[in-house]
Amino acid sequence: MELEAIISQAQSQIDAAQDAATLDQVRVEFMGKKGKLTEQLKGLGKLSAEERPAAGQKINQAKQTIAQAIAAKGEALRSEEMNKKLTEEAIDVTLPGRGEQPGTIHPVSRTIARIEAFFGELGFATKTGPEVEDSFHNFDALNIPANHPARADHDTFYFNPDVMLRTQTSGVQIRTMEVEKPPLRIISPGRVYRNDYDQTHTPMFHQVEGLMVDKNVSFTELKGILHDFLHHFFEESLEVRFRPSYFPFTEPSAEVDVMGKNGQWLEVLGCGMVHPNVLKAVNIDPEEYTGFAFGMGVERLTMLRYGVTDLRSFFENDLRFLKQFN
Amino acid sequence: MKFSESWLREWVNPALSSHALSEQLSMAGLEVDDVAAVAGDFSGVVVGEVVECGQHPNADKLRVTKIDVGGDELLDIVCGAPNCRQGIKVAVATVGAVLPGDFKIKKAKLRGEPSFGMLCSFSELGISEDHDGIMELPADAPVGQSLRDYLRLDDKSFDVDLTPNRADCLGIRGIAREVGVLNNLDVVEPVVEPVAEQIEDKPEITLDAPAACPRYVGRVLRNVNVKAHTPLWLQEKLRRSGIRSIDPIVDVTNYVLLELGQPLHAFDLKSIEGGIHVRFAKENETLTLLDETTAELKSDTLVIADDKKPLAMAGIFGGLHSGVTEATSDILLESAFFSREAIMGRARQYGLHTDASHRYERGVDPQLQRDAMERATALIIDICGGEPGPVVEAVSEKHLPEVRTVVLRKTRLARVLGVQIDDEIVTRMLTRLGLRVTELEDRWQAEVPSYRFDIAIEEDLIEEVARVYGYNNIPNIAPTAALSMLPARESSIHANVFKSLLIGRGYSEAITYSFVDPKIQDSLFPEVKGMVLPHPIASDMSVMRVSLWPGLLQAAAYNQKRQQSRIRLFETGLRFVPEEGAENGVAQTPVIGGLLLGRREAESWQSSDEAVDFYDAKGDVEALLALTAKAGQVSFRAAEHSALHPGMSAQILLDNESIGWVGALHPQFAKVTGVNGRPFLFELNLNMLSNRQLPVAKAISKYPANRRDIAITVKDDVSVGAILSHIEKVGANQLVGLNLFDVYKGKGIAPGSKSLALSLILQNPEKTLEEAEIQAAVDTVVKELQTEFGAALRE
Repeated sequence: MELEAIISQAQSQIDAAQDAATLDQVRVEFMGKKGKLTEQLKGLGKLSAEERPAAGQKINQAKQTIAQAIAAKGEALRSEEMNKKLTEEAIDVTLPGRGEQPGTIHPVSRTIARIEAFFGELGFATKTGPEVEDSFHNFDALNIPANHPARADHDTFYFNPDVMLRTQTSGVQIRTMEVEKPPLRIISPGRVYRNDYDQTHTPMFHQVEGLMVDKNVSFTELKGILHDFLHHFFEESLEVRFRPSYFPFTEPSAEVDVMGKNGQWLEVLGCGMVHPNVLKAVNIDPEEYTGFAFGMGVERLTMLRYGVTDLRSFFENDLRFLKQFN
Repeated sequence: MKFSESWLREWVNPALSSHALSEQLSMAGLEVDDVAAVAGDFSGVVVGEVVECGQHPNADKLRVTKIDVGGDELLDIVCGAPNCRQGIKVAVATVGAVLPGDFKIKKAKLRGEPSFGMLCSFSELGISEDHDGIMELPADAPVGQSLRDYLRLDDKSFDVDLTPNRADCLGIRGIAREVGVLNNLDVVEPVVEPVAEQIEDKPEITLDAPAACPRYVGRVLRNVNVKAHTPLWLQEKLRRSGIRSIDPIVDVTNYVLLELGQPLHAFDLKSIEGGIHVRFAKENETLTLLDETTAELKSDTLVIADDKKPLAMAGIFGGLHSGVTEATSDILLESAFFSREAIMGRARQYGLHTDASHRYERGVDPQLQRDAMERATALIIDICGGEPGPVVEAVSEKHLPEVRTVVLRKTRLARVLGVQIDDEIVTRMLTRLGLRVTELEDRWQAEVPSYRFDIAIEEDLIEEVARVYGYNNIPNIAPTAALSMLPARESSIHANVFKSLLIGRGYSEAITYSFVDPKIQDSLFPEVKGMVLPHPIASDMSVMRVSLWPGLLQAAAYNQKRQQSRIRLFETGLRFVPEEGAENGVAQTPVIGGLLLGRREAESWQSSDEAVDFYDAKGDVEALLALTAKAGQVSFRAAEHSALHPGMSAQILLDNESIGWVGALHPQFAKVTGVNGRPFLFELNLNMLSNRQLPVAKAISKYPANRRDIAITVKDDVSVGAILSHIEKVGANQLVGLNLFDVYKGKGIAPGSKSLALSLILQNPEKTLEEAEIQAAVDTVVKELQTEFGAALRE
């Protein structure tokens, strides 16, 4: 019966222990070298050989019971302590985080990057060219001879009669075809310049020129690629129409309109089949090769895509405007 | 080209609404910019006759009238117009009429006199700006008829933005032809009857430059009353086509110009001495033009001259002294064909652009001159009276444009368009366009009408077929091409990579104009003469940038003015530095530039208030350079730059070649740039950065690394950069890491010196370093620093 009392005594002391040290004292008191159970074991010698095993087993059971109770209590105390520490360490996770917030890419660049991605997947390589351009690349080779009325329509910034700010990215077509031969698939984004400034014109804006020259490139394919592009660019199935137009460097030529949300057609790009004179100017045989070219206004596409209403805001660089494009 | 819709419909009248017609024209390549009503919205206005007109008893400026509007009784109407008088036909807004602006006409009393309506001016009906009194209608205007019906005011003004190739549509006749083709309708051309001669005057015409002017038709008209009034119907057609009525002669020439597309000119016969010569101007010849400016003629300019002097700039502008005036009674009427090449670009040389030059430089039908002359003669005689002489024509047949025959191969048509169109349809479309078409087995042969200057090669016909067929009837098909892979050099870095890095570091991308304010640029870069735009948009956008800095600084000032104080902006783009030997005399180099200004950290619950400094800018530059994996080849050298603070500027070198600058804006430019605070700037040549080193992997040592810290003092003027690179040089392969972890000046350090704390990480790839080896390596470094830099080891 004494064993029962020991266990019960131990249990109540374990229950009462509030920290690891007290709990250890309990362990020593009962299980230590001079502990109460150890004493009991020592008393086994007084028993007969028949009684001894059963009594020994009982003591060991008691020892195990107490050890388990101590271990459980120890675990409980540690867990409590950990919880206490964790509670003390808790912070307000809703406070703003530390460090620099990222800036933003300019919406015009963003549009150009998207256009490059769409056409890049079809194998159109990106090419760039100079912005101070000569009349050969900006006009002559594009089938716009001197005195042609189309030249007057360009509001060109001239430095002298032969050197100007390029009025279109089409010159990059010429520069590319001068050094590379078909099959060719290129796009060329960049700045172009026209001497015009009002609500809907800035003297500098961006175009992306595209060119594909191969054995059997056709007008249906030009329509197909631009139709696909516009749908993917706007990510909606908007109405698109091709309207005959005139550019000296393409024939047939077209302007492409999309139906705006206000029910008005908006012109977004010009395109056409590369004029044979342009191919001849760069020694490509127009009988062997045909091609299409297109040029799109990046600002116009960007305005439609993101609801920008004032063209001039693209070049004011107001951080409050720019930071919307993250 | 602006024209009246009802005028067009006199020629060809498809069963289409105005809107549908406008869409159809646009979709055929004649883009309609605007369709506008020719009069304001009004109702209840009728033709009336002033039966009585007497003085108002109580008002000097008012009249009391009795007006017949065809009703049972005359209407009493009070009118204030000075031209109101008995017997004229007028526009009467009767009681109940609604005038533009929702202005309702009611019974009224004006200064005691009853008024049952209002006599209207052109401007009150939204017809024109003319408010010089009330409208005076022709004497035969039917009293009581609705004015809208009488003047056909339910007409529309079409404004078509014609492309330069479609000169044939610069007249009603051409537009009508086009509408005929599109609707498969025949065009009813007015019959032009020759006007019989009544006098015998035959001007002598000499074509001295027959290639430039192969046909010149002239005719004398005597006793013409130039003071006659242009009839209202003609004035109205002109007005609805965007042309003001001037005098009957000018009005008629403009009418024929609009109707047929043929420019005409009238000379005062008295001013002509001898015969007419069509020749190029002589050097130093001058001509006073109708706008009273005097042009110094160039020898490439064609003139109409008499035996003594130039009379007019051919096909461009008339001369003042040979022009028709109120005193003119005899005129010489000109109807000429000038070649496009002779007129192209000429008007522009003199800063001129006229209806005539616009047409001639795009191409006028060479077969039109006689018809136009007869048409104009008939109209002038109708309006002004007079006796016409015979039509005199000087022509050089061999210089007239040849009749062209263009071949269209069936295979080519299908190949270029990518669609098969029935041969029959093609033949019909081309025929409707006025071409004389012969269809053969494999092609069409088409003779081009004289008015289609734009059709000369096969592609021109392909375009015509596609256009008339309808672009939107041509299918959309994805292109086919060989799947050849594009090269992508791993070593080349796309500019977007640099951009992304800066965006990650808090910069926003700016796009500034490539032309900047010369005041700012010349201050910052006095030694570089940027390219000047001779005709800029504004003086502060007149010089090409030689650096991105002027634009970025302008953008920073713009933002500061809008309460944005913490600014990080970057831009990529070309800079334009004039350079002899470069293409077009200018080196156009892609660069990336940045500007930092304001607080280092955004204001927050725990940020510091410090402003950015040089090392923030430098850190960003170093991050950009790190992308090239060429850190070891890069150095920063203290150097002076005209735009930068002399003590805070560094030239950035890659393999000892300058690739850019970083520094603080020189404070003396605060005023000119309008930027407050201290902006830091950098700019790097992207061409020099776009190639990166490809990684070559080395094995990582298995043996422990050892860190040893040393502290040294050196004089202030010793550059830390030099110390670090020297340690790297002498540290050999034992040294795998080097870090400067403290720079200290002040208490405990002699004035004029600084203390540097450095950590050296030593490691051998093949074994564990012995203590003695480590110490030896550290000693070597210390000794080198002593001898090279006069450094003292701090114990």
